[in-house]
Amino acid sequence: MPLLEQSDVLQRFARGDADAFEDLFHLHQGAVYRWILRIVRNPATAEDLTVETFWRIHRAHARFNPSLSFEAWARRVATNAALDHLKSAKSLERLPDDLPQVPLPDPGISQEVRRKTAQAFGRLPPKLRVVALLTLIEEQSHSEIAEALGISTGAVKVRTFRALRLLRKSLKQQGIEP
Amino acid sequence: MTTHDHKRIHHLLTQSLAPTNTELKAELQRDLWPAMLRRFEQRSLAVPWFDWALAAAVLVCLALFPRAIPVLLYHL
Repeated sequence: MPLLEQSDVLQRFARGDADAFEDLFHLHQGAVYRWILRIVRNPATAEDLTVETFWRIHRAHARFNPSLSFEAWARRVATNAALDHLKSAKSLERLPDDLPQVPLPDPGISQEVRRKTAQAFGRLPPKLRVVALLTLIEEQSHSEIAEALGISTGAVKVRTFRALRLLRKSLKQQGIEP
Repeated sequence: MTTHDHKRIHHLLTQSLAPTNTELKAELQRDLWPAMLRRFEQRSLAVPWFDWALAAAVLVCLALFPRAIPVLLYHL
């Protein structure tokens, strides 16, 4: 969508125009879904949370500043929706059964150790888990994660470090020496 | 925790959880707009809890003071 046209859509959205909301939905649903999928790692949940994100966006349209990036705002709303979901869910959903294939698995690490690591990771506090997932697994930049969570890049680094420290402790308790 | 420990756990983690872009379903498989419309319909039908509480309070008042019914009807 051309820049001028997009600016017009954003202004109409902020005023509560339903057609503008639909345009933005179609334009950004894929990006919002991909971002949420990185956090929850379950396609069905990511779809539900994408709808939840746009529901929150729709309700908050009057607070949106059309001169700012819609994508960044939507990503932050999506991150909060995903975090709320993780807080309410008991652990990372169906993780042990849904383990994706690692492109080049290290033969020195057994399937059992991988499973236990994934489970221990799923037990981390959601705030730490989200940051560690996005930083270490999805390899997103610190600034991108900081913007999505509304925290500083320093806080992203601290949470990543704390997540790794907790994970190490949890694995040690299970007899796994990383 | 040393940098070496950090790297080893990071390696173990990347061996246990693959990034989502390596999976087939990383892209959205369908348009979610119909689901969004269903969400709008559900929310427009839902009655806020405060409205239910208000209705219950009015019913209780009318049960306790039946003489207030004509007054209420007059104001409606």
